[in-house]
Amino acid sequence: MTADLMMAAAQGLLALFLAPGVVGLVRWLKARLQNRRGAPPWQPYRELRKLFQKEVVVSRHASWLFHLAPFVVFASTLAVAVIVPVLAVPLLVDRIGDLLVVVYLLLLGTFFLALAGLDPGSAFGGMGASREVTVAALAEPTLAVAIFALARSAGSTNLGEIAARTTADPLSAVSPGHLLAFAALFIVMLAETGRLPVDNPATHLELTMIHEAMVLEYSGRYLALIEWAAALKFLVFFILLGNLFVPWGLARALTLEAVMTAVGVFAVKVVVLAVAVAVLETRVAKLRLFRVPELLSASFVLALLAVTSSFLLR
Amino acid sequence: MAPELLLLSVAGYTAGALAALAFRGMVGRALVAAGALGGSLATLALGAWCLATGATLVFAAPWLPLTGFALRADSLSAFFLIVVGLAAAAASLYGFGYSAHYDGRYSLRLLGAMFNVLLLSLTVQVLADNALTFLVTWEVMSLSAYFLVLTEHDQAGTVRAANWYLGVTHAGFAALIAAFLVLAAGDMTGSFAAMRSVGLTPGTRNLVFLLALVGFGTKAGVIPLHVWLPMAHPVAPSHVSAVLSGVVIKMGVYGLMRVTLDLLGGGPAWWGGIVLGLGAVSALLGVLYALMEHDLKRLLAYHSVENMGIILLGVGAGLMFQSYGLPALATLGFIAGLYHTLNHACFKGLLFLGAGSVQYATKTRNMEDLGGLIKRMPRTAACFLVGAAAISALPPLNGFASEWLVFQTLMGGALVPRPEVAIGMPIAVAMLALSSGLAVACFVKAFGITFLALPRSTDAARAREVPASMQVGMLLLVGMCVALGVTPFLVVPALSRALAGLGRIPVTPIGFSLHLPFSVAGVTGEMSPLLLAVGLALLGVLTAIVLRLLADRRLRVGDTWGCGRIGQTPRMEYTATAFAEPLRRVFAELYRPTEDLSIDFHPKSKYFVRSIAYRSEVQPWFERLLYTPVLSALRGAAARVRQVQAGSLHLYLAYLTIALLVLLVVARWSR
Repeated sequence: MTADLMMAAAQGLLALFLAPGVVGLVRWLKARLQNRRGAPPWQPYRELRKLFQKEVVVSRHASWLFHLAPFVVFASTLAVAVIVPVLAVPLLVDRIGDLLVVVYLLLLGTFFLALAGLDPGSAFGGMGASREVTVAALAEPTLAVAIFALARSAGSTNLGEIAARTTADPLSAVSPGHLLAFAALFIVMLAETGRLPVDNPATHLELTMIHEAMVLEYSGRYLALIEWAAALKFLVFFILLGNLFVPWGLARALTLEAVMTAVGVFAVKVVVLAVAVAVLETRVAKLRLFRVPELLSASFVLALLAVTSSFLLR
Repeated sequence: MAPELLLLSVAGYTAGALAALAFRGMVGRALVAAGALGGSLATLALGAWCLATGATLVFAAPWLPLTGFALRADSLSAFFLIVVGLAAAAASLYGFGYSAHYDGRYSLRLLGAMFNVLLLSLTVQVLADNALTFLVTWEVMSLSAYFLVLTEHDQAGTVRAANWYLGVTHAGFAALIAAFLVLAAGDMTGSFAAMRSVGLTPGTRNLVFLLALVGFGTKAGVIPLHVWLPMAHPVAPSHVSAVLSGVVIKMGVYGLMRVTLDLLGGGPAWWGGIVLGLGAVSALLGVLYALMEHDLKRLLAYHSVENMGIILLGVGAGLMFQSYGLPALATLGFIAGLYHTLNHACFKGLLFLGAGSVQYATKTRNMEDLGGLIKRMPRTAACFLVGAAAISALPPLNGFASEWLVFQTLMGGALVPRPEVAIGMPIAVAMLALSSGLAVACFVKAFGITFLALPRSTDAARAREVPASMQVGMLLLVGMCVALGVTPFLVVPALSRALAGLGRIPVTPIGFSLHLPFSVAGVTGEMSPLLLAVGLALLGVLTAIVLRLLADRRLRVGDTWGCGRIGQTPRMEYTATAFAEPLRRVFAELYRPTEDLSIDFHPKSKYFVRSIAYRSEVQPWFERLLYTPVLSALRGAAARVRQVQAGSLHLYLAYLTIALLVLLVVARWSR
C-alpha cells in the first residue's frame, strides 16, 4: 500500500513538472512547422521562474477571493493529476475519484477562476469569465456522454478499470465507440484548454480571447500558479486521451522494469499528441466565438454516436 | 419517545402561531421564531429517531372533528421529516432577524402565524395515513403558503403571483382529489394500508398515476406546470422562500413516491420514462431560464425547477429500473433522488437566505444594481459562495455527491437491452451534464455580479452586514452543505433504510465503506468526497507553504488595468446581461429575445452619441403557447357561468328548489 501511494504521489509530481515542458514542446513544434526558429521547449520553465520572482500587483478593488482562487485552481488541477493514471494502474487513488470526479474537479477550477476574473471589476475579466464558462458549459454534455461511452464498454467509470478492460480486450480499442469517443474528447480538449480553433493561447490583447482575458489582472506568483495549472490541465487531457483509449505500456505491477517501460511509452504518447495538436493548430484558423457552439455540438454528436454504436454493435 | 416528539413539535408550532397573534414587536418575533425553531427541532428529532430505530409511529384520533384523522410515520415519512426540520430550523432562526424590517409595514401577525401553520402542515403532511388527512393537510399547506406569498401585498406583482399560485395549485389539487377518489374507491377515510392491498386494473392504475403526476407535478414545479413557481417564490419573505423552495415543493416528490412506489407498488416502465423525461426537460429549461434572470430570487426560483428536474431524473430512473427487474439500480435511483432532495433543501435554503440578506441590506433584488458586497457583507458572501458552489455540483460539497449518484444511475441504463433506453439514457445524461455546466455559468454570474467588483448603486455601496440571527441561520445550512457532501458513506445507508422501510423494493445489500462505491452490476464507480476534501485542502495549504518559502512575497496594490485610462467606475464592469449574452445567443431559438435599441445622436454629427437605451426581454414562448388557450377557455366558461348568476334572490331560491327536486328524483331512482 505504501508503494502504491508513493507511486500516486510520484505520478502527480511527474505530471506537474512535465506539464510546462509539454506546453513548450507544442509551441516549439508549431514554430518549426511555421518556419520559425521558436523558443526552446523549456522556455515555459524560465517563464515560471521569472514570474515566481516578481512581485504581485493586485487591484484595489479585488477581494480575498482574488487571492484564494489561484490556490484553488492549482490544488484542484494537481488533485486531478494525482488521480488520473499516468504510469500505473490500478492504484488505490482510483477509489478517491473516477472520471466524473475528474471533470467536476476541473470545473471547480473554472468556477473560481471565472469569479476571480470578475472580481477586480475590469471589463476584460468579465468578458473572459463569461466566455470561459460558456465554453465550459457547452463542453459538459460531450464530456459526460464520452464518459458514458467509456463506462459502457468497461462497465465502470473508474479510471484504472477502464484502462484495464481495454488492455484485456485489445480489439475494443479500435471499436467505433472508442474511436468516436476519442474524437469527441479530442475536440473537447481543444475547447477546455483554450487551444485553437476555440481560443488562441498566443494572444493577449485581442477581443477574441477567452482564457487570457480572464486572467489579465493576475501577475507574479499568482499568475505563475495559474499558468502552471493551465499547463497541467493540458497534460491531464493528454493523459486521459493517451492512457484511457490506448492503455498499453501502463505498468500493471510496481516493478522497476514495468515503471521504466511505462515512462518510455508515456513519453512517446505525449509527443505524438503534441505533434497532433501542433499540426492542427498550424492548419486551422480561430473560429468566431459564436461558431464555437457548432464545433462543440459536432463533438457531442460524435460522443452520442459513440454510446449508441456500442449498443448497436454488441 | 416518538409520540412525545410529535406532540412537542405540534405544541411548538401552535405556540408560535398563537404568540404571533398575541404579541407584537420584538417579543412577538422572538416567540414566533422560538416556537418554530422548537417545533422544527422536534420534527428533526422525530424523523431521525424513527429512521434510526426503525420505529413506526401510529396516531389516530377519531374524536377529532375531522373523523378519520390518522397519522403514521414510516421510514419514508421519517426521511422527509428530517428535510422539513432542517430547513425549517434555519429559516426560523433567520426569520427572527429578517422579519424585523417588516415591523410596521406589513402584518407580522399574519406572517408569524402562517409561517408556523405552514411548518405544522408540512410536518403532518408526511405523516398522513389516509386520503382525507392527506388532502386536508395538503390544502392547509397550500393556503398558508398563499398567505405567506401575499405578505408584501403592496409590491408590484405580488398579488398576481399569489393568484397564479392559487389557481395552478388548485388545478393540481383537483387532480389529486380525483387520484385519491379512484385509488380509495370513494372511501376517503380508509387507511393507506387498505389502498396498498386493493387490486386495481392496469387501466385504473395508469389513470391514478397520471392524475397523481399532474397533481404532484404542479406542486413540484415540473415544466410545463412550473409557471407559478418563479413568480410566487421570489415575492415571499426570504425565510419563507427558503421553506417554499427547500421543502414545500419537495412534497411533490414525497407524494409521487408515496403514491407510485408505496401505494401502487411501482408500474410499467413508461411511468418511469415519463418522470425521467419530465425531469430532464425541467432540469435543462429551468437552468436556461435562470440564466436570463437578473432578479436574484427569481434566478434561484428557476433553479428550483432545475433541481426538481434532477431529483425526478433519479426517481424516474428508479421507477423504470424497478419495472425492468433491476432492483439494485432502482434502489440507487431512488437513493439519488432522495439524497438530492435533502441536499437541495440545504443549499437552496441557504441561497434564498443569502439572497434575503442581500435584499435586507440593499433593498433590491436586481443584480444590475448590486456588486461589491463581498467587502461590505463578508460573512453573507462567504455563505452564499458555499451555496453557489454546492448547487453547481462542485466537489466536495453536497450537490456533487447526489448528482454523481444520478449520473451513475443513468449510466446503469446500459444494462437494459432496449433501443429506447439505449438512446434515451445518453440523452438524459447529456441534458443533466449540460444543465450542471450551465448552473456553474449561472452561479458565477449570480455570485460574481452580486458580490464582486464595484457596487453599481448607492444602496449597494451603503450595504452593511446583516444581524447575527440571520448569519446563524445561514451558517447552519453551510455546515449541512459541507457535512452532507463529505459523508455519503453515512447518508446513503440511512437513505437505503428509508427505502427499505417501505417494503416495496427487494432490498439488495449494497456494500458500503468509506467511499461511495456500488457493487451493482454495470455501475461500478467509486469516489470518496471525504478523502477528496482532505486532499484538496492539503494540496492547497502545501502550495501556499511552498510559495511562501520559495517565491517572492512582495505585493503591491494598484488600479485595475483599464487600457491606460485612470479611475475605475462601476460602469466599466461587466453586467449580468452582458455576462449571459453569449449563452443567450447560443440558445436564441429557445429564448427568442426581443431587443429594443434606441440611440439619441447629437444633431450635428452622428459620431456623437447623447444617450443609448437598450432593452431586451426573454419571453418563455412555449408557456404562452400552452397557457393562452387554457386561460381563454377558462374566461369563456366563466362568462357563460355568469349568465346564471343574475343576482336576484328569487332566482337563487328557484335554483335551490330545482336542485332539491332533482336530487330527490335521483335518490328515488337509484334505490
